[in-house]
Order: sequence, then C-alpha cells, then structure tokens
Amino acid sequence: MIDILLMILTGIGVALFGFVLQTSIAGVNRKVVARVQKRYGPKWYQEFLDIFKLLSKRSVTHGWIFDFGVIMALGGIIGTAMFMPLTSSFMAFDGYDNFFIFVYLIAVGMLGMAMSASGSGNPLASIGVMRALTTMLAYEVPFMIVVLTIIKITGTSSLSEIGLFQQVAGNSWFFIALPIGGIVAVMALMGMLGKKPFETYIAPAEIASGPMVEYGGKQLGMLFIMHEITVFIEVSLFVHLFLGGAENIVLFIVKYFVVYTALNIISSVYGRFKIDQVVLFFYKWPLIMAITQAFIAIYLGWVI
Amino acid sequence: MLSTKFSPMSKEEVDRKWWEIGDFFRRNSLWMLMYCTGCCAIELPPAMTSAYDMERLGMGPMATPRQADVLLVTGYLSLKTLRRLIYTYEQMSEPKYIVGFGSCTINGGIYHDSHAVINQLNKYIPVDVFVAGCMPNTEAVMNGFVDLMDLIKNKKANGWKDYHERYEWYLANQKAALGEVRVHDEFHE
Repeated sequence: MIDILLMILTGIGVALFGFVLQTSIAGVNRKVVARVQKRYGPKWYQEFLDIFKLLSKRSVTHGWIFDFGVIMALGGIIGTAMFMPLTSSFMAFDGYDNFFIFVYLIAVGMLGMAMSASGSGNPLASIGVMRALTTMLAYEVPFMIVVLTIIKITGTSSLSEIGLFQQVAGNSWFFIALPIGGIVAVMALMGMLGKKPFETYIAPAEIASGPMVEYGGKQLGMLFIMHEITVFIEVSLFVHLFLGGAENIVLFIVKYFVVYTALNIISSVYGRFKIDQVVLFFYKWPLIMAITQAFIAIYLGWVI
Repeated sequence: MLSTKFSPMSKEEVDRKWWEIGDFFRRNSLWMLMYCTGCCAIELPPAMTSAYDMERLGMGPMATPRQADVLLVTGYLSLKTLRRLIYTYEQMSEPKYIVGFGSCTINGGIYHDSHAVINQLNKYIPVDVFVAGCMPNTEAVMNGFVDLMDLIKNKKANGWKDYHERYEWYLANQKAALGEVRVHDEFHE
C-alpha cells in the first residue's frame, strides 16, 4: 500500500518536474525566437507569469461540459506524464513505460479538450478541433511506421529499454542509425507540437486561435499548464526513442533543451500551411520516407 | 518589544495580499486585444517588432476578447463600431483595462464635428489610460503602457470596477448615442 502511494507521489513529482522544465525552457525559447527576429525578448520566466496571471483572473463559463472538459484534459495529461521515464533507470511506475501507454493515455487529454471546446458553442472552436484531429491523422501514420520499425529492431516497446538498447550499442542513436526515419520523426514532432508549418489548428489570424477561442481566465490557465505538460511528453518521447534516452538527469535536460530549441528555430522561419497542404504533405514525403526506412531496416537489415 | 506571536490576519488583509500578488502577475503579463479602428493603429507594428519590442514588458497580441487583458482603442469610433466595441469589452474577463489612443478618443480630434463619430470615449466605457497626440509617437505609446503598469501597481486602474458601480450612467450614455440595443442571439433561439 505504501509502495503504491510512493509510486503515485513520484509520478506526480515527475509531472510537476515536466511542467517546470518545459515552462522554463519555453520561456528561454521565447528569447531565442526573439533574437532570431532581432528583438530582445521577454524575461525567461515570462511563461510562469502568464500562467499565474491567467489563474488570478475571473472567468466566465459556458456550461458544465466546458468546465469539466478542461479538468479532464489537465487530469488526463498529468496522468500520462506520470508514466514518463526521466532517465533510463528512473521512473515512477517500473515496467509501465510502454510506448503504447502514452499513445492511448494522451488521447484522454486531447478528447477532454475537444469536448470542452465543442461545449463552448463557438464555430471557430469546432473548426479548430476538427483541424487538430485532421493534423493528428496526418502525422501519426508516418510517425507510427518509424516507431514500429524501432520496436521491430529492438524487440521491445518499453521506452527505457529502447533507450538502454541504444546506449549498449555504443551510443548509436536511432536518429543516426535510421537517418531517414529520424528526419520523418522530426517532421512528425513539429506536427505534434503545432509548430509553424503545421500550426494550422491554432492559426490566430485565421480562426482566432482555434480550440482556445472561448477560453479566458482560469480555464485558459489550466489549458496552458496542460499544453506545457503535453509538450514535455512529446519531446521526451523523441529523446527516448531517437536520441538514446539519458543515463542521468543532466543529460536528459540537455537533450531535451537541444531538441526543443532546434524545433523552435526551424519553426520561426516558416509560414503556415493550409489544412489540406498539411495532410498532403504528410501523406507524401514523410510517408514515402518512412516506408523506405522500414524496408531498408527490416528487410535489408541496413542499420548503421 | 515586538511580539513574535503569530497574529492571524483579517479576511480583508488576506484578500488584499492576494490581490497585490495577482497585480504583480497582471502588470507583468498584459495581453492586448487591438481594436484597430483608426490611423493610430499604424503605431502598433513598430511597438511590437524589433524597433521597440513590447514583448520585453511581457505584452503580446491575443486573438480573442476572452483571452485579453487590455483593450486598445486606436482612433475614432463611429456609432456602428462603438456598438461592437461595447460587445467586445463586455466579453473580456475581469480585471480588464482600456487604453485609448490619440486625440479622437479624448475629445473627438479632427472629427469633433462629425455626425457619425463619438467624441469622448470614456462616456461610454471606462478608459484607464489615454495616449494623447494626433497621432502619438511610438515612444508615447510605450510610455502609455508603462503608465498603465504603474496604475495597476498603485491600484488606480479601476475602470472595470467603475463600470460595475456606475453602470446606469454608462448605459444611459450608450443608449443616448446608439438608441435602443436589441441583442439578436441566434444560438439560443
């Protein structure tokens, strides 16, 4: 009994760590993007100020579905983050860091947000949710093919064991061992995080920030917390699957920072795709590259 | 000798402390909703981009009224836009502030004798900071935002409370300018 309580407490600690880490790094990244645009940029803790400001405001409600969906989204994402291994040996629930756990659990948070946004009754929110789901359909297919290739090669779907497999093989990260698949994963990760070319479902100038159009005050603050933890989960997945996991926590933070900053710099020089362009793009080059990579790696056995 | 004994604070004091903490966050992260009605809006791009970079003050543009803290009214308001402006202002979540740009929002400016344009904005909605000029410099605009932050710090940016307390007066002015307002709500019909 005490064991389970301790595991749950550790899990909540992991989620909190993820929130603080991602929020700080997002603040630093706003400075990085500002330097790209020849500006000075905000303070590094600006994201914390934004979130606590939103939580300190009064807010309106649009019915209980609207409120309940936000709580479901935040709870679902915290529940997902609790399973994330930080290093290859440290995780809250030992043996439950299977890749498919994340794929299924992260849907709870996303569906909560979709439900809540539809509950607001704003047509722009419905358009945003629809675009988010369409984008998800687009990037999931090539990403899953690459990840299934990795699972076939390593023979396990546990994140920490995939990380250990890469470390044992002498730091031959899958990002280097499967170069074409690595590029596909970067593109899919940009779609997951809603970075610039695939920012279609946020689109502030077009559909007024999409699903978030009716949120203000406390609900928006909770959605911001949810968004930070979602980014933590997705970037950590990439670090564990493609960059060889992490032996210790410092290495994890360094890899995490490098991945997120690189994505932001790529994102800051792009415009925005239309939704049909997103789908066509992902079903064209990344899909072809992913299938080629799977064929090369599994049937020809050419893994560096 | 000072007592080191713990003395519980009264509820008002606790509320005041929380409000001061909230004010710190609110003044360091002002999100704007730009209602670009007139020519003063041209001063906002240099204020946002690399020339003056308002993001270093924590300010940024937002897409909808629900998410925003500050409503920027940049220039003259015709009767038609005033109605939309009031709808927009009432959708924002509290605490909310208004910054009026240019002489048009103060006394009508060069449009003071037009039949289609209102002269004093703060008769219809409570304005916290005016930036004078026709049109104001970008430095003046940035100075106006810093002034708004000081007002929030000194608890003087109370326009949204004033709107609650003197709502009858504002409503009478709005009706006198616009005539009877009938809200046509398609969603609930």
